[in-house]
Amino acid sequence: MNEQDAILDEVVNSEYKYGFVTNIEQEQAPKGLNEDIIRFISAKKEEPEWMLEWRLKAYREWLKMTEPKWANVHYPKVDFQDVIYYSAPKPKKELSSLDEVDPELLKTFEKLGISLDEQKRLSGVAVDVVFDSVSVKTTFQEALKERGIIFCSMSEAIRNHSDLVKKYIGTVVPQKDNFYAALNSAVFSDGSFCYIPKGVRCPMELSTYFRINSAGSGQFERTLLIADEGAYVSYLEGCTAPQRDENQLHAAVVELIALDNAEIKYSTVQNWYPGDKEGKGGIYNFVTKRGICKGNNAKISWTQVETGSAVTWKYPSCILAGDNSIGEFYSVAVTNHYQQADTGTKMIHIGKNTKSRIVSKGISAGKSQNSYRGLVKIHKKAENARNFSQCDSLLMGDQCGAHTFPYIEVSNNNSKVEHEATTSKIGEDMLFYFQQRGIDEETAVAMIVNGFCKEVMDHLPMEFAVEARKLLEISLEGSVG
Amino acid sequence: MLKINNLHVSIDNKEILKGFSLEVNKGEIHAIMGPNGTGKSTLGNVLAGKEGYVITEGTIEFDGKNLLELEAHERAQAGLFLAFQYPIEIPGVSNANFLKASINEIRKSKGEEPMPPNEFLKMMREKMELVEMKKDFISRAVNQGFSGGEKKRNEIFQMAMLNPKLAVLDETDSGLDIDAMRIVANGVNKLHNSENAFIVITHYQRLLDYIIPDFVHVMYDGRIVKTGDKSLALELEEKGYEEFELIK
Repeated sequence: MNEQDAILDEVVNSEYKYGFVTNIEQEQAPKGLNEDIIRFISAKKEEPEWMLEWRLKAYREWLKMTEPKWANVHYPKVDFQDVIYYSAPKPKKELSSLDEVDPELLKTFEKLGISLDEQKRLSGVAVDVVFDSVSVKTTFQEALKERGIIFCSMSEAIRNHSDLVKKYIGTVVPQKDNFYAALNSAVFSDGSFCYIPKGVRCPMELSTYFRINSAGSGQFERTLLIADEGAYVSYLEGCTAPQRDENQLHAAVVELIALDNAEIKYSTVQNWYPGDKEGKGGIYNFVTKRGICKGNNAKISWTQVETGSAVTWKYPSCILAGDNSIGEFYSVAVTNHYQQADTGTKMIHIGKNTKSRIVSKGISAGKSQNSYRGLVKIHKKAENARNFSQCDSLLMGDQCGAHTFPYIEVSNNNSKVEHEATTSKIGEDMLFYFQQRGIDEETAVAMIVNGFCKEVMDHLPMEFAVEARKLLEISLEGSVG
Repeated sequence: MLKINNLHVSIDNKEILKGFSLEVNKGEIHAIMGPNGTGKSTLGNVLAGKEGYVITEGTIEFDGKNLLELEAHERAQAGLFLAFQYPIEIPGVSNANFLKASINEIRKSKGEEPMPPNEFLKMMREKMELVEMKKDFISRAVNQGFSGGEKKRNEIFQMAMLNPKLAVLDETDSGLDIDAMRIVANGVNKLHNSENAFIVITHYQRLLDYIIPDFVHVMYDGRIVKTGDKSLALELEEKGYEEFELIK
């Protein structure tokens, strides 16, 4: 069976296949949000006093803020007092090896196709698994430790590497950056922390899997990645959530910091529950992801494949502060049925000779709406800055929409900004051409979509690319014809 | 091989083919000529199974099967090939990938294993020579940015790769200069053998200087009004289609 067939086989099981709920005793905070809930979360995590103060400050800012309305998405108002802000699998004891992890949990991971054992043995990927809100187990820590790399859950980092966290948290995405970032800063439950020391090249892809499990529990991860001078790291993030009728809230913050000559590659494959064919249920995904090339010659590259969530609001961005620094954004966003996505990037050029590249591929099917929103801002001091943007849209059927909102602000006269955009449609004539060569309609759609996304997929690490391609097929099953 | 009997076809309630009949046997080359709007391209599309055409009457038998019962891709898998008058551009899908999928889907339908990659590449190189394609062609997206002539040559190249039982060439010569036309004709002549057949739909006689047909049919107002040998084409070139106006 070739790859194409394998994908088609998958397509047959096109219901959201990660829709199951693991039955594990949960320890939950009561619904709603106030200072006591924040104290509860902070205490649960045995955080130092400064962290609690930081959270409370964010909460007080959040109270003054209002939900942003400028995105091209429409959804019923979220009742923030109806959300459970903390939900953890009940800790049994400290875990020293994988064998001690709850077998139910391990089974869940197996269903997700990310058996830790398997990954440990075969792929050389270190996985920090976030199950609901608490990081359950980090593998490969020993191998990483030898090189001085810190890769652990955020909670652990707050306890054990307090100075590093204190120095960098909120420096890229401040507490009051936006409504959702402020909410996250107040209530973030867990996430990943990674520090790569000077001159170290991380020998393996670091990986996190997020999964929202409990009903009505929001997930607020906080991820912080620091690549010190001359360091390199490639980080993979994958997300799934069980199928539920009610909408679930997700508001994450990711901060990346690249110092002189450092490089961070951050890849995401997101397939959170998009809701059913009638638009019922699904995840609300309001994420703030931002990286700063703080040092000279630093590079940050975002690659994302977004197929899930009912509503997506997400703009992984780069602040190019260091001279000669480089920012990249490669994105595939797929929307089907009633999904809405408003996603893109911001490239803020501050340093001299900074370069950025944006490649965005939007695929819309069903009755979905897919928007690209991107800002390229070139400050006065950013001499000889360069940007290239490519925004392509592919439409399937005639009830969906594709929108492009590029914003360009240039404050000097020796920089160069290019923007290219195309819109194409998978039409009957194209499908007939495939069929006349013996290729059936579904295979044809798969080939066209894969071709359309190729430039972005090529930037994903190999094992991720295969999974991402399958996800695309599943998401778009039955969209044409 | 192909038996079309009293075929009536409409689009949007307008009848285009009005009692079209034709029989094609193995080893034969048939030319179908006629002025614009007589239903020549409709014939090609109906044979290939394009949607949007309503068959109100008549039968088509291909290789012993009822062609009208097969889906478009099944017709292709059964060995029917249409060289498009306006080949479609497919961004992001390379010629190599497209043909690999095509060949392997056809093989799969016959219960055969996919073609080994080295064999595929070897065949691709051979057939590229046949239609004088440049080397970079393999990795370029199907028809994207191709000139009109390149697109037509690509159709012939695909035909050579798929080696169909019956190939319908829908005005493959239109818009071609004399060199390109010779390449196209040369491709057809090399592929032609006693086991396959060709239907060459054309406007002009000149292609038939290079591809010698066994039969020439004049199509007018949705059916064949006259059949002859190669000399009929020359006659048409000289006199035009005027005499058939009377038939209407």
